[in-house]
Amino acid sequence: MIINQTRPMYRFTPKSLHIDFPLLGLLVLLIMLGLLILYSASNQNIGMVLRQSLRLFLALGIMMVFAMIPPHKYKLWTPWIFGIGLALLIAVIIMGKIGKGAQRWLDLGFFRFQPSEIMKLAVPMMAAWYLDRKSLPIDLKSLLVASILIFIPAILIAKQPDLGTALMVITAGVCVIFLAGIHMRIVLFLATIAALAAPLLWHVLHDYQKQRIITFLKPENDPLGTGYHIIQSKIAIGSGGAFGKGWLAGSQSHLNFLPEHATDFIFAVNGEEFGFIGGVILIILVVLISLRGLYIAREAQTTYTRLLAASLAMTFFLSAFVNIGMVMGILPVVGIPLPLVSYGGTAMVTFLASFGILMSISSHRILFNNMR
Amino acid sequence: MRLNKSVNYDRFESHVHGFRLSLLVALIIVLSFILILRLAYLQFSQYKRYATLSLKNQMSIIPIAPSRGIILDKNGVILADNIPVYVLEIVPERVSNLADTLQKLKKLLPSITDDDLESFNHARGRNHSYVSIPVKLKLTQEEVAIFATNQYQFPGVSIKARLMRYYPLAETTSHLLGYVGRINVQELQQVSTTNYRATNFIGKAGIEKYYEDTLHGKVGYHQIETDVSGRTLRVLSKQTPVSGEKIYLTIDSRLQQVAYEALKDKRGAVVAMNVSNGDILAMVSSPSYNPNIFVNGISSKDYQKLATAPDKPLYNRAVRGLYPPASTVKPFVAIAGLEKGFITPSTKIYDPGWYRLPGVTHKYRDWKRTGHGVINLKRAITVSCDTYFYQLGNKMGISAIEDMLMQFGFGQLTHIDLHEEAPGVVPSPSWKRGSKGVHWYPGDTLITSIGQGFMLASPLQLANATASLSQHGRRFRPHLFSHAIQDRGETYDFKPLEEYPIQLKDNAYWGLVAEAMQNVIMSNEGTGYRFGRDTPYTVAAKTGTAQVFSGSQYEKKSYAEIPEALRDHSLFIAFAPVEKPEIAIAVMVENDFVASAVARKVLDAYFQLNQPQEIP
Repeated sequence: MIINQTRPMYRFTPKSLHIDFPLLGLLVLLIMLGLLILYSASNQNIGMVLRQSLRLFLALGIMMVFAMIPPHKYKLWTPWIFGIGLALLIAVIIMGKIGKGAQRWLDLGFFRFQPSEIMKLAVPMMAAWYLDRKSLPIDLKSLLVASILIFIPAILIAKQPDLGTALMVITAGVCVIFLAGIHMRIVLFLATIAALAAPLLWHVLHDYQKQRIITFLKPENDPLGTGYHIIQSKIAIGSGGAFGKGWLAGSQSHLNFLPEHATDFIFAVNGEEFGFIGGVILIILVVLISLRGLYIAREAQTTYTRLLAASLAMTFFLSAFVNIGMVMGILPVVGIPLPLVSYGGTAMVTFLASFGILMSISSHRILFNNMR
Repeated sequence: MRLNKSVNYDRFESHVHGFRLSLLVALIIVLSFILILRLAYLQFSQYKRYATLSLKNQMSIIPIAPSRGIILDKNGVILADNIPVYVLEIVPERVSNLADTLQKLKKLLPSITDDDLESFNHARGRNHSYVSIPVKLKLTQEEVAIFATNQYQFPGVSIKARLMRYYPLAETTSHLLGYVGRINVQELQQVSTTNYRATNFIGKAGIEKYYEDTLHGKVGYHQIETDVSGRTLRVLSKQTPVSGEKIYLTIDSRLQQVAYEALKDKRGAVVAMNVSNGDILAMVSSPSYNPNIFVNGISSKDYQKLATAPDKPLYNRAVRGLYPPASTVKPFVAIAGLEKGFITPSTKIYDPGWYRLPGVTHKYRDWKRTGHGVINLKRAITVSCDTYFYQLGNKMGISAIEDMLMQFGFGQLTHIDLHEEAPGVVPSPSWKRGSKGVHWYPGDTLITSIGQGFMLASPLQLANATASLSQHGRRFRPHLFSHAIQDRGETYDFKPLEEYPIQLKDNAYWGLVAEAMQNVIMSNEGTGYRFGRDTPYTVAAKTGTAQVFSGSQYEKKSYAEIPEALRDHSLFIAFAPVEKPEIAIAVMVENDFVASAVARKVLDAYFQLNQPQEIP
């Protein structure tokens, strides 16, 4: 009885849900805007909107579960998650070899998923887990090990071939290394190396990937092929003007001039119908969500959680940046959807799961630094 | 102590992390600023341009087909040309009731067939609805006039002048050039859909197929502004298509015509080739067909008729027709015997008119029942003595024969620039086990050494091997492509490809076989008497007669009494002039003896056309 009295009485409070309300609010705003655009982009196909909403509810549920798991558990599980993810990636490649073709999916009969999505979370977790145990400044050996941990899954994903996801995985890992305190001189040195290595990388790319980069540099070279997407999406956005043509009134999107207008190119529909105002609101929402993530990273109490939080926030931002940049014709066409807005399930689940982890980091606060 | 260090360290680490985090914040701000600037650029500064493009008018991209490269012979005579024709086309977007319109069109122009409508529907499926799609190719002047007077009833339907493939020499070059036809679904999967967006034709056979990539060119386009009803308002930008390359072949069309005329009404093939670089000078297969009917879209009934005709006119006998080489294989077997040391030039045997394997009663007969008496190798080639080669074959065994015939290129693709080629057969015990499931018998070796039995060779392989013989073992890959001229005027040449040469212990063997082959024509007992001895040039040749049917019932009958389909095939290989060989030729005529006469006509024409220029 006495013991019971010293322990605080359990009472349900919003705190016990472990939700970060500012983040949740921003996410809901972005999701609502996304559904609004999707309704128009799908030519008012209510079925598509309902399917997307169902997925969103599922993903939000997953987010809340992830938020309740305390961060030290994530840290404990990190090597396992990474190992299993890697094994699944290899399994997918072997199955793809047998099936003679590109294979990203693992079919478990009742459920299909892409192991590369797990890696979007597992790679920054693993990099943070590894660098957390190293003292500053990071020496070259640790840097090398961390890079291997990042690039092995990235190369496997690029071979699937899924260049977009591979780039995102690399970005997530590099964010962790950068934040962990790698020397600025090394950052500059590596940037130079990367610039010099670009021509080499060119030879590794698949033909269709090369084609995309060529098309990006000169879209007018290929107006019948990939360049057509960029030309049409620029027309859609440009014709939106300051205030847009109004919801459901975008001619380019509805006359099917704009390809992929519900998935990768959905930002063009936003630009056409809601104009500059709509575009800026969407971008600001993305920025606020990312900044909230970085704020959570700043307040994080351990190195592991800080590195992980910042990396997840940056992955979200850079995905959105690459997608919007591509739709507006300042970045090459890589198949990266606009997070939480584009139609489609898998990437959305991963992003909301990563926000679940962010919420876990922000809400599970410990009073004494005894977890390190 | 440890705790203290840890606290200090943490503070240092947090400081580093804090600084890096601010850098990331800065990065986010900068990148999002770039996005907003770009958005502003598109939606404010470019607003007018894009609004015009999207609101009042629509922008369309109309692909323009490149014109297909023409094909010429070595002297610049056009073999495959593009000629303008009238084509009835529909822009589906501008037709309100497509099915009704097609029905009405069919009533107006009865020449439109169901096949036409089917390929129209195919093409419609893979194009934007604003792209003009052909319904009926090659309208006659009369049909053009009929449609023109009724055009007001058909919005969205128009007559356009298009370029179509035309083969001026028609039947003469059909197997060689192949033909183009409308692209089908399978073919579309093998080419770049972008590059073929405006293309209706693709090479289906022969040179047209083999050099499809070279001949096709690169698609161009018009980026045009159209009003609501689809009329072109103005051209925004234009990318002219890059024409396909002009291909010059090694063929001499005059020689080709002589060869075709010589084979007319017969079934057979002629291949003539330049011995010193592998240039194919003439390649004819007979009977032939008119490739121009394929371009227009052959009806399935006509196609069935061609495909099932007993004469097999679609079949390229020159590269795909496989025949027993018969006695024409003897010079090559002779080289094998000399090289492998089983005989010397002076080895003599006695020929009683038959050969018997030790311990077997069956007699392998010579074509001459009375035999040739005492005979050496040279004479054995000249008179085509079977007995000599029976005993040589038995001495050598099949593997020695197989080895040398493979070196001459039999039993394998020559890799000429045609997809139709067949590899033929050089038999061996393992081949027989694999394909027939039975053992090799010594008798198989005997009949192989006189070119009967299982061995099969194409006329191309025979011409190629004869060329190698004339060049003392130097071998060139036969080819039809001479050079090409690109759209921009750049020329590139074909480099003759030299194959691995045949090297003999003694080069005198080549001379011996050549002399024996010259005697085939010149000697009184030579088998090539039908060729004639009155040529202004020297010839080394070998005749061959492939039995189609061997049976006693016809042996005594006169030639005219034997049904045509059971008459022997005749073969003829030759090179000329003997002193300094220029040309090698192989002729094959089914169920007829005229191969040597055909070869004579072609060689006469060659030397007449290539007379050394007299100095005035």
